[in-house]
Order: sequence, then structure tokens, then C-alpha cells
Amino acid sequence: MFHKRSLGESIFSIVNTCFMLLLCVVTLYPFLYVLFASLSDPAEIARFRGMLFFPTGFNLDAYKAVMDNPMILTGYRNTIFYVVGGTAINLFMTTLGAYALSRRNVYFNNSIMLMIVITMVFNGGLIPTFLLVNSLGMLDTPWALLLPGAISSFNLIIMRTAFQAVPVSLEESARIDGANDWIIMSRIIVPLSMPVIAVMILWYAVGHWNSYFSALIYLRDRELFPLQLVLREILISNSTDSMTTGAAATDRLDIGITIKYATVIISTLPILCLYPFLQKYFVHGVLIGALKE
Amino acid sequence: MPNVQRNIVNTATENRTDKKWSMIKRDIVRNRYIYLILLPVLAYYIIFHYGPMYGLQIAFKDYGLADGIWKSPWIGFDHFKSFFGNYYFWRLIRNTFLINIYELLFAFPASIILALLLNEIRRSFFKRMVQTISYLPHFISIVVVVGMMIDFFARDGLVNHLLGMIGLEPVAFMQEPGLFRFMYVSSGIWQGIGWGSIIYLAAISNIDPTLYDAARIDGAGRWKQTLHITLPGMMPTIVILLILNMGSMLSVGSDKIILMYNPMTYETADVISTYVFRKGILGADFGYTAAVGLFNSVISFILIVLANSISKRVSEHKLW
Repeated sequence: MFHKRSLGESIFSIVNTCFMLLLCVVTLYPFLYVLFASLSDPAEIARFRGMLFFPTGFNLDAYKAVMDNPMILTGYRNTIFYVVGGTAINLFMTTLGAYALSRRNVYFNNSIMLMIVITMVFNGGLIPTFLLVNSLGMLDTPWALLLPGAISSFNLIIMRTAFQAVPVSLEESARIDGANDWIIMSRIIVPLSMPVIAVMILWYAVGHWNSYFSALIYLRDRELFPLQLVLREILISNSTDSMTTGAAATDRLDIGITIKYATVIISTLPILCLYPFLQKYFVHGVLIGALKE
Repeated sequence: MPNVQRNIVNTATENRTDKKWSMIKRDIVRNRYIYLILLPVLAYYIIFHYGPMYGLQIAFKDYGLADGIWKSPWIGFDHFKSFFGNYYFWRLIRNTFLINIYELLFAFPASIILALLLNEIRRSFFKRMVQTISYLPHFISIVVVVGMMIDFFARDGLVNHLLGMIGLEPVAFMQEPGLFRFMYVSSGIWQGIGWGSIIYLAAISNIDPTLYDAARIDGAGRWKQTLHITLPGMMPTIVILLILNMGSMLSVGSDKIILMYNPMTYETADVISTYVFRKGILGADFGYTAAVGLFNSVISFILIVLANSISKRVSEHKLW
């Protein structure tokens, strides 16, 4: 590069680098703190104030208490069910819609697209949706978490754009060989659009994993609670009592604190572990979405 | 004569509609598999999106669960009148708008600024590392994020300890009504700044590099290049996202506020959507809260149309 750096530019680049490092610290440190605190000795962490750079003392009782808690285990199991089942429904429905709407020369496709886009700008709102789910008899059943959000219109549009990019000639030659739309969709279009489909799986699955609001609205039966709703009780409403019944009264308060940290780690671990591998897909998805404006 | 003329016109339109119908019929027969594939998708949209729109009529009815949507008696605008006359009406409006305006002023530009700063980093390893780390909080559930906030910002928590080291009095951040908006918006920035910057970085990478070469020959430094090439190049993306933001303004994050607020902070934290949740879902006052929700949706709709037309007029960028 023939451009010589001026003094101002050098100062800027130093400040910029420092700012970026600060951003990384501010982003990562809270997680490290929680990790160290969860591994610490409950009595010590209860007295400890300040920044942690390693666990104070070492104690796995909190993890044991969390793993022994039936609500955490049910929550985990339920969440896995909602993630797998919900994502499967999402993917199936979105693929159907994206395939049908990506076909050319289908008379009603434009009107149906319009009908879908309208729902992105205007919706009935919380109460009518709640009453609808209620009147369909889905209240307090897993269906309430799986069906009302079966398709994200935004994802449908992204997938449709990707399907449209598959060369028409492939489809035509399959048709000459006698393939119908179902075969063309499942054997040609979907396999050729795997990158987009991978992104969709990730987005939908992370959405199901993290969601708590629909469960809060639609579920009363604690046996059906997803992990996030259990977490809400432990972290926000601050009720760790159910997990500390065995401990003595003074220990109970102390271990309650480490239990909170251990719960955060256990519930975030799957995403933290997968994150480095999935990161490029996450980004890829935003970029596909950005192309279509 | 006029009669004859009308006949001709009639047959012409009949021919046209006939032709149209036969065309449609042919289309349905030819594309029958596609329509079959569409069937569940259509059913989904009709039931779960248009169904609630139909249900919105309870905003104008004295809704009773036993009567159902159809049989409940009409009461006109009574629910709206009682909402507008409600003691909390102005508080809800003020909180909803202020939180959104703060987000627009601070959170919205934050990702743009991060993208611009990232763009200035030359070492690609460092740049990738910063990006990877900054995306991470986007994938942490809101329950965990608010849970960590409650812990770190407690009166005897980590943040107050750090403030104590520089001689400041401890603050109960989560109980202080005056700090709620700050806490809400800044935690939102923490969680979303990196993820939000991706789309702007994509926009920057699409800018023609020869523009920079030309500017450099003209003697433009990095600051001038940013001002006159990078920013204008990002403009379409910025405007589109701004319009989208305007539209979702009033429907702002009830799920995060519900986790964050408590009766002590209602005064500044309670927004229209959390009010709907409390009164409607927890209090079972369906007709009234459906009206509040409808008011919310209509204002959002007006805002998005307004933002779009303003943007069309001043910058020729538009959503539709």
C-alpha cells in the first residue's frame, strides 16, 4: 500500500484495537465469572466480592444438586423434545411453502405471497392468538409450542429465494423422466439447497432452545416446562429451595448461589460447545437473508 | 343502438371472465401437486395468522369465554375509551416510546459503529476473533442474560464492588426506576451489537474497491474515505433496517421486560405489551386487552408506513 499512515491514523488504530479488546473482555468475562463461581466453594463464594480469575476453592456440589433436581432433568428432556420436534415441523412446513411458492407459472402464487407478507406487517396480537390456541384445545399441551410458530415468514422467503436459484433445466429433465413435484422437491431442490437448509435448522433450533415466552403463556403443567422456564424460576424468581432440601439451613443459602451459576453453565453449555463449529453457518444465514431486500 | 353496444360489451367481459376461469382451472389441474403441497402451508397461515386477526373483533365486544367470539355482544369503542381514560395510559405510552427512542438513538447506531471500526482493523486474525466473540451473546437465552444481570448488578454484586473500588456508592441497579431504561438498552447492546454488525459488514464488503483507490489518489485519508465512500455505501442497508425497526417499535420485547421488571420499576418499565400480558393473560381481561393490543398494532402499522414514505421522499430508499 503506497499510503503512508499519518499520526492521527496511528493513534486511531491503537485506540481502535484497545476498544476491540475491551469489547471482547466485556463480552466474555461474565461467562468466565459464572463458570469460575459455579466451581467454587459455596461458603467462600458467598463471602467473596470482586473479580474472579479462577474458582475460589473447588466444589462440585452445586452441579450435583442441579443434576439431582428432577425439574432440571424434565426441563432438559422437554426442551430437547421441543427443539427436535419443533425444528422438524418448522423445516417440513417451510420447505413445502418455499418449494410451492418458488415455482414459476403458478397462478395464485403471487396472491399467496402477498397474503404471507401481510402477516409480517400486521398480526392479531397476543390475546386473540392466546384465545385461538385455547379454543383449539392446545392449551397446556406441547402442541401450543410447536404449531403456532410452525413457519417463520422471514425464513420462508429466504428459502424460497434459494430454491429459485436452482437451475430450471434440472427440474425439466427430471419432469421428462416422469418425476412429479414431490420427487423434484425432495430429490433435486432440497439436496441442492443444503447450505440454506442447514442455516434454517440452526436458526429454528436455537430459537426453540432459547424460547420461554410461549411456554410461559401456554403451559401450566410443570411436567411440560422447557428448561428456560425452569431457569426463570431459579434465576429470576430466585427459588432454589427445591434443590437444597437436604442441606442444613445455613448451607442452603450458600449453595443456592452456586446452584444458580451451575444452572447457567449447564443450560448454556450445549450452545457454547457447538458455537465454534456453527458460527460460520450463523453468519452465512444473515448474509443470505441480506441479499434479498 | 345503446342496447346493442351494451350487449357487445357484456359478451366481451363475459368472454374475458370465461377465459380467465378456464385459465385458472387449467392452472389448478396442471399444478395440482403444487397446490396440494401448498395446502398445509395455507392452512397454517389461515388458522394461526388470519385466525387471530378475525379474533381481533373481541376488541369491540364484551367478550365472555362462554359466549365465544361470535356470540359476545358488540359494545363499540368502550374498551378503547376506558383504555384512553386509564390512569396508566400516559405512563404506558411514555415508557413504550422512550424505550424505543433510546434504542433507536443508542442501540441502532452501535452495530453500525462496530462494523465501521471492525472494517478499519487490518489484521484479519484479530478481526475474526473480535467478530466471533461479539456474536456469542446473541445465542444466549434471554432468561440467562437477565439472570446474570440480576446477579452482577445486585447491591452486593460484582458491578457495585468495582464501583466501590473507585469510591462510588452502591446502587441497586435492578430496583431503581430511573435506571431501568439504561439497563434495558445497554444490555440489549451487549447482546446484539456483534450480531447486528454482520449485515453492515456485508454491505461494506460489497462496495466497489476502485472507489477507495480513486479517493486515495485524490488524497483522501481513512477518515474521509469512511465519510464519503463507506457510509454512503452502507446507506441502503441502514435505511431498510431503520424502517423495519420503526415498524416493530411498539411491539418491543415484552419477553425481556417481563423478566427484568418488578413492581418497584413498573413506573418506568411497564410498556403496552407487558400491560397486555399482565391484564390479559394473567388477569383474563380478554376484550379490553385485545383492544389495547389492537391500538398497539395500528400505531406500529402507521409508523412503518410513515417511515417508509418519509424515506422514499428524502432518500429514494424504500421497503416497498
